[in-house]
Amino acid sequence: MLPMIPQLTIGVTDLAAAFLFMYGLKRMSSPVTAPSGIFAAGLGMLVAILASFLYAFSVGAAAKPHLPINVGLAVLALVVGGGAAWWSGRKVAMTTMPQMVALYNGMGGGAAGAIAAVELFGGKAQGSTQLVVTLIGALIGAVSLSGSLIAWAKLDGVIKKPLRVWGQQAFNGCVMLVTLGIGGYIVFVVQSGAAPLLAMSSLITLFFGCALVFGILMTLPIGGADMPVVISIYNALTGLAVGLEGFVLQNPALMIAGMVVGAAGTLLTLLMAKAMNRSVSNVIFTNFGAAAKHKHGAIKGSLKPVQAGDAGIFMRYASKVIIVPGYGLAAAQGQQKLYEFVKLLQAAGVEVKFAIHPVAGRMPGQMDVLLAEAGVPYDIIFQLEDINDDFAAADVALVIGANDVVNPAARDDKSSPIFGMPILNADKAKKVYVVKRGEGKGYADIENALFYADNCEMVYGDAQAVLGKMIEAVRGLGLSAAA
Amino acid sequence: MEFQIAMTGFVALYIFMLAGFAGWVIIGGVPAILHTPLMSGSNFVHGIVVVGGIFALLNASTVLEQAIGFFAVLLGAGNAAGGYAVTDRMLAMFQVSGSKRHHAKSRHAKAKHTRKV
Repeated sequence: MLPMIPQLTIGVTDLAAAFLFMYGLKRMSSPVTAPSGIFAAGLGMLVAILASFLYAFSVGAAAKPHLPINVGLAVLALVVGGGAAWWSGRKVAMTTMPQMVALYNGMGGGAAGAIAAVELFGGKAQGSTQLVVTLIGALIGAVSLSGSLIAWAKLDGVIKKPLRVWGQQAFNGCVMLVTLGIGGYIVFVVQSGAAPLLAMSSLITLFFGCALVFGILMTLPIGGADMPVVISIYNALTGLAVGLEGFVLQNPALMIAGMVVGAAGTLLTLLMAKAMNRSVSNVIFTNFGAAAKHKHGAIKGSLKPVQAGDAGIFMRYASKVIIVPGYGLAAAQGQQKLYEFVKLLQAAGVEVKFAIHPVAGRMPGQMDVLLAEAGVPYDIIFQLEDINDDFAAADVALVIGANDVVNPAARDDKSSPIFGMPILNADKAKKVYVVKRGEGKGYADIENALFYADNCEMVYGDAQAVLGKMIEAVRGLGLSAAA
Repeated sequence: MEFQIAMTGFVALYIFMLAGFAGWVIIGGVPAILHTPLMSGSNFVHGIVVVGGIFALLNASTVLEQAIGFFAVLLGAGNAAGGYAVTDRMLAMFQVSGSKRHHAKSRHAKAKHTRKV
């Protein structure tokens, strides 16, 4: 009975962990219970990691002599890897969140790939099913690792332009086929016992090499605006790889957690793609913006610049203002100033609402996080479908650092590359102020007819500076009234 | 007594199917406002791969296996710890109007304002 205790403990903790993961994710479905949800999931992770050291009691004869060193290495890796990631996760700015998620996701994919590598190099995968599953998990994990790293580099600005070469997709397809071919050959050699053309370890190395290269090649041509969808795909893929390696290791906690994330990530990917009016295959296989870039329809009207202070005072005397924030606001670190301005308006009796486009920011929901960070309560933040009808009744729509998500071309202009994308109807408001750094175009590189509309005025400048001026003007108003 | 369950063939497929379905249903109920924390939260959950990494490393018998196993635990630990840190940070920020932090802030802003007047 005594030797059974470690095994039983691992079994119970893994069961508890699987439960806590699902319970935690479920609690994340509301902002009120969400913090306790991640705590529950974290607790599950902690006990599962601690219990996993009990595997030390059941190692095979070959690994027994190395056990003290292996345990030491495991503790060292946990402390170094966990510590560095914890420190970076606590420290990074909220605006860089998408690339951090990409980075941590790549790590998970890499870990799944590495587990598969240990199994393969050690010749531990027995039977064709196990071997095939190990190889598929290895392939997905490796692609997820290198792909996520490219996504990170793109979002972080290390890689600036999408790399597009003629015949790229055919070449990528060939790399994939070669990878699959090597995988198939490995299975054939192990099953038939035939002498391989290359040493087994070289075959495995080649397999991983090809998979890593494929991940890089697949991600390079995709533009920065599509990266959120790509990260979400890799998130789902890493989950799948973890689930498959869980099967190989006969660990139900890994299988369940991996597959839950695989399914959740897939659903989230579809939701994001839908919000951008693109299909997932369209994101991966077509070069967005390359085709219809130079088709500018004739836009009537002119750009009408206005002083920030005047715009601020106009809003002070409005009764209903809807704010449309975009990534430009976050890039200028203007969220705090924006909320300060909103509080001034609220104090003057103005009804203020925030309208968030599903792809505002660099990742769905990121703008909500950035506003929450500035202290904006989430009950004045509204999503597209809940607020779009309100614009017609609004006195002012204040668009800050957003462009494509308010471009009426998505509604009216069939030749526009963003035609069909759901947009915020800011143009329906009685007055529209657009805070923008300059006259440049948005992320999708398309002219915006809204800026030329009769009811629209442009406030040029850095979002933070502009908001500062607006605050000053409205405060000054209060002063003169008091005097 | 035997606690080891053999998860082969169809048993494994059943586990995968049910877990996949659970994930789909759980995420289906999440409002758009929480999509970023959710992506990061599910990213944290697959950090459980570190457990597999520890298993592989403890069973390593060659230097190569030890090196790759070390790599697996290192990356898996990074996935889990980083994922938790950012998710927790994001979720702690969400609040409703009239919550404590919000009140403290607006009182502060008001005080500043009256001083100026």
